[in-house]
Order: sequence, then C-alpha cells, then structure tokens
Amino acid sequence: MTTTRRRLTPYLLLFPGAFWLIVFFVVPMYYMARLSLDSGSLETGFNFTWEWSNYGDALSLYGDPFLRAFEYAGAATVIALVIGYPLAYAIAFRGGKWKNAMLFAVIAPFFTTYLIRTIAWETILADQSPVTKTLDSVGLVPGGHVLATAGAVIAGITYNFLPFMVLPIYASLERIDPRLIEAGKDLYASSRAAFVRITLPLSAPGVIAGTLLTFIPAAGDYVNAFFLGGTNNKMIGNVIQGLYLTNRDYPAAAALSFVLMAVIMVIVFVYIRFAGSEALMGEEAVAR
Amino acid sequence: MEAGTAAAPTYVRRESALRRVWGWLREHAINIFAGLVIAYLLIPIAVIILFSFNDPVGKYNFTWVGFTLDHWKDVFSLSELNSALLTSLRLALFATVISTLIGTLMALALVRYQFFGRRTTNFLIVVPMATPEIVMGASLLSFFLILGTPSLGFNTLLIAHVMFCISFVVVVVRSRLIGFDRSLEEAAQDLGASPFQTFWRVTFPLIFPGILAAALLAFALSVDDFVVSNFNSGTTVTFPLYIFGAAQRGIPVEVNAVATILFTVTLVAMGFTVLQQRRAERLAARRPPQEGEDVLGTPPVPPAPGGAGG
Repeated sequence: MTTTRRRLTPYLLLFPGAFWLIVFFVVPMYYMARLSLDSGSLETGFNFTWEWSNYGDALSLYGDPFLRAFEYAGAATVIALVIGYPLAYAIAFRGGKWKNAMLFAVIAPFFTTYLIRTIAWETILADQSPVTKTLDSVGLVPGGHVLATAGAVIAGITYNFLPFMVLPIYASLERIDPRLIEAGKDLYASSRAAFVRITLPLSAPGVIAGTLLTFIPAAGDYVNAFFLGGTNNKMIGNVIQGLYLTNRDYPAAAALSFVLMAVIMVIVFVYIRFAGSEALMGEEAVAR
Repeated sequence: MEAGTAAAPTYVRRESALRRVWGWLREHAINIFAGLVIAYLLIPIAVIILFSFNDPVGKYNFTWVGFTLDHWKDVFSLSELNSALLTSLRLALFATVISTLIGTLMALALVRYQFFGRRTTNFLIVVPMATPEIVMGASLLSFFLILGTPSLGFNTLLIAHVMFCISFVVVVVRSRLIGFDRSLEEAAQDLGASPFQTFWRVTFPLIFPGILAAALLAFALSVDDFVVSNFNSGTTVTFPLYIFGAAQRGIPVEVNAVATILFTVTLVAMGFTVLQQRRAERLAARRPPQEGEDVLGTPPVPPAPGGAGG
C-alpha cells in the first residue's frame, strides 16, 4: 500500500457524506439568504435585488410571534429541566435493575409519530376530558378551557422535548465516579452538600447539552402551536410555514427563517460562554 | 467505664410515626417523582392506543364513546392512508440504506484517521442535529426553488431525509467504533489477510450491531419526519403529512390503529437490537476464540469426510 493511497483513504471515505452535507445543508443556507433578499411575488417572479427591506418589514409585522416563540421555548426548557433532572438522577443513581426499563420508557414516546403524540394531547386536554374537568374543578383553568392557551402549547413542547433533556443529563450523571461522592461524604459532607458541590457541577455538561437540545428545536417548532394553541398563540414557526407554503411569500419567509437561525446562534454562543465558565468554575471547586 | 455504662440513661428517641413516614417519603421522594414523570411520558401513548378502539360520533376522535374493533378490522381500508404509509416506508427504506452507507464510511474515517479538516468535519456533523428543523426545511426549499430542480416530490424528500439522517448514523456508528479493539484487525493482517478481507471478516461483523442500530434510528427518523417533509414534499404525501392534512377534516380512527402498529413494530425492533447487542457482548466476553473459530465464537465446521488436507 503506497503512502499516497493511505493518505487518501480518509478523504475517500469522507467524501460522500461531506458532499451530501455540504451540498444539501450548508449550500441551501446561502440560497435561503439569497431568497430573503429577493423582491417580487409569485405572479411577477422573484428577482435578486438586495432587498434589505424584507427584513425590516417582516420583523415589524411578525415581531410578536418571534418573541412568543422564544418565551414558550424558554418556559418549556425550564420546566423540562425541573422535571427532567430529578428523573435523570433517579435513573442514574436509584435505578438499579429498573434502569434499562426506565430509559426505555423515556424514549418510548419517540416510537409514535410526533404529530400523533401532539394530537393525543389534544384529546387529553380537550374540554370534555377527565383531565380538564379535574383541573377546572380545582380552579386551575381560568378561561374555561385548557386548549388554545399558551399553557397548552408550552405543555406540549415540554412533553415532546423532555427526552432530549433527560438523556444528556442522564449520560453525564452516569459518568460520575461514585467514589467522588463517597470521598465527599467521608469528609463530612451532608447528602445535600455532596449533591450541590460534587454531583451538580459534574453534571453541568449534560445540563448544558440538554437545555440546548431542547431549546433550539422548540424555538422553531410550529406543530404544538398548531394543534394545541389558539390564534394568539402562534409562534414564529407557524408564520414561516404559512408564508412559505400558503402565501408563497418566499422573501419574507426566508428573511424570518434567517433571523431565527441567527438569533438562535447568538443565544447559543452567549449561553455556552456563560455556562462554559460556570462549568469550569464548578470543576475547579471540586478539584480544590 | 463500668460506672459510666451503669449510670448512662437510655437516650433512645422513639421516632413518632409521622417522622417515620416523613423519613420514608424523603428517601423515596425522588423515586416517586421519577415514577410520576414516567407515567406522564407514557400516558399519551396509552391514549393513542386506547382511542384506536374508539367509536366516535362524527369525524373527530376526541371523546370516548364506545369500544369497537371495527377500525382495526378496516385498518388498511383507506386508500389515501395506505398510499401515504407506503410512500413513507419506501422513502424511509431508501433514505436508510443511503444514509447508513454514507454515515458508516464517515464514521470510519473520523475514528480511524487523523487528517486535515477533522475538526471541521466533526462540526459539520453536529450542526444539523442542533439546527431547528424549520430552518433546515426552509433552506432546502429555498435551494430547490431557486435551482428549479429537482421538482418537489419524492426525490427532494429523499435528499432531505438522507441529509438529516447522516449525522445520527455517524454518531451511533462512531460510538461503536471507539470501543473497538484494533488488535483483532492487526492479528488478522498478521495472519495474511488483505485489508479488504480484514474488514469483511473481522471488522464488519463486530460493528454490525452498531450499524444496525444506526439504520433503525435512521428509519425511525425518516418515517416520523414532519417539518422538513412538509416543506419539501410538493404533492407527495407521507404518513405524517397525511395526518397533518387530515387534522382539519377529522383524523380517521384507523390512523390511531396504524400508529399503534408502528409503535409495536418499533418496540419489537428495538428490543431485538438490544438483545442482539447483549448477545454479542456476552459472546465477546466469554473467552478468546479457539482455533478454527471466528471472532464471534462460532464453532468451526467439522472437516468434510474423505479428509481435507491440513
């Protein structure tokens, strides 16, 4: 085997995949950016005219759904974290022989179609369902129904993305060496101190991954808002979908989509910088 | 010492029942909580299955009316549903084969070779997994619109599905490759096997469970995909797109039945893969392969009568 061939092998192996991803993932982003600067309409045809006003117009028209999307996604992420962390902890540390069954239960929802899962919530939260009636009798349903409210949409998003939160946290908790916790207890740490100062910081990478994997897709989601929300619960995803597929107003749709992507990237950057240093500090605290 | 023990009062505090209950709760609180969350995760699945047995009044399947097996008997009687389902399955099959092939090759390259651009490639693989589907779908649609070709339909769907499946295949196969013992390959090569033979007879059988798992994952992702498909399907209807379209008019109960079937099939497939994996691990851990056995511990074929030469 010649050295040249050996040096080429990885590139040959890599080529089909890299080609596919570059041509069908990276390049389309450029085309979307180009489309966002077009002017015209479906009848008159679209022309590339550096139409920056598309951005201004779209944002002023659709600022509300934009903010709402981040609100809902943010709320759902927080709730998913609050629900998901204890679950991940229980599976990792108290699972025992039930560990695999519990993990299985966490991913089981993914065996059903995303749409049907969400529609199942329409059934569960329907006005006549026992769940709604119970909540109503306790007084937790101000408007009279649960569906078509922000709460329903947030509940749907939380449900659909909960496994994305639980699994990364579980993975990082699983990796923690139990002897570290033992050592902490040997040094007179109470259970709570051991958790806060050892387990929690060590699980930080999992928490960061989980929150990102939940927040990012949730921000662009429109299925939950479509089925569980009302007319004033629309998220930016609904708008983009409507503009692309119903109105065929491609430039505006592309502009909004591009802004969504940009904002998410900024949020992720800031978050990683902030959370990265936190995790770093946490690890230092343990090492000290 | 003795004086001390004789005089020491017994300070055994009797824990009140309330304290005991509270203690028990505190210890098991997290398990109870986990149980509740798992119930929360599983309830909608139960609802889906339950409502496939419903006999709704009118077109909307939201209230429980009565138990019936009618919709199970006629589960494949709706032609639109059937063709959508078949389209989804066909699409998933093609997308799985292509993406698993491409993804496995990529994983091999990433794990086994140091090359220029390795970190960029890693990045390129992770980014699609973290991008909102709507951005992926919208940008692909923009791409197809501006280029004008291919026209939206099965082919664009296939392109899109392969695209988002590749990353997942790479990640799954890669994790399997990382734990791989290369000395087995070296041993094979020491015994005169060519690289091709080494790959087919040593490497491939051992990483096959990982490849299978990746393929199943790709298949499931493809059948389930809605957002990216919504944007790039043209007039082609996949199963999730059918449901979305039917949602306005009232989703037929047969859809719940089909969903239940898909759920069961996926469950069984997953269970099978897990069992396979356990079996392979157990075999690998048993003992080193004896003379004449292959790496998985399969016993040698007895020599043909009439004597084969040494």
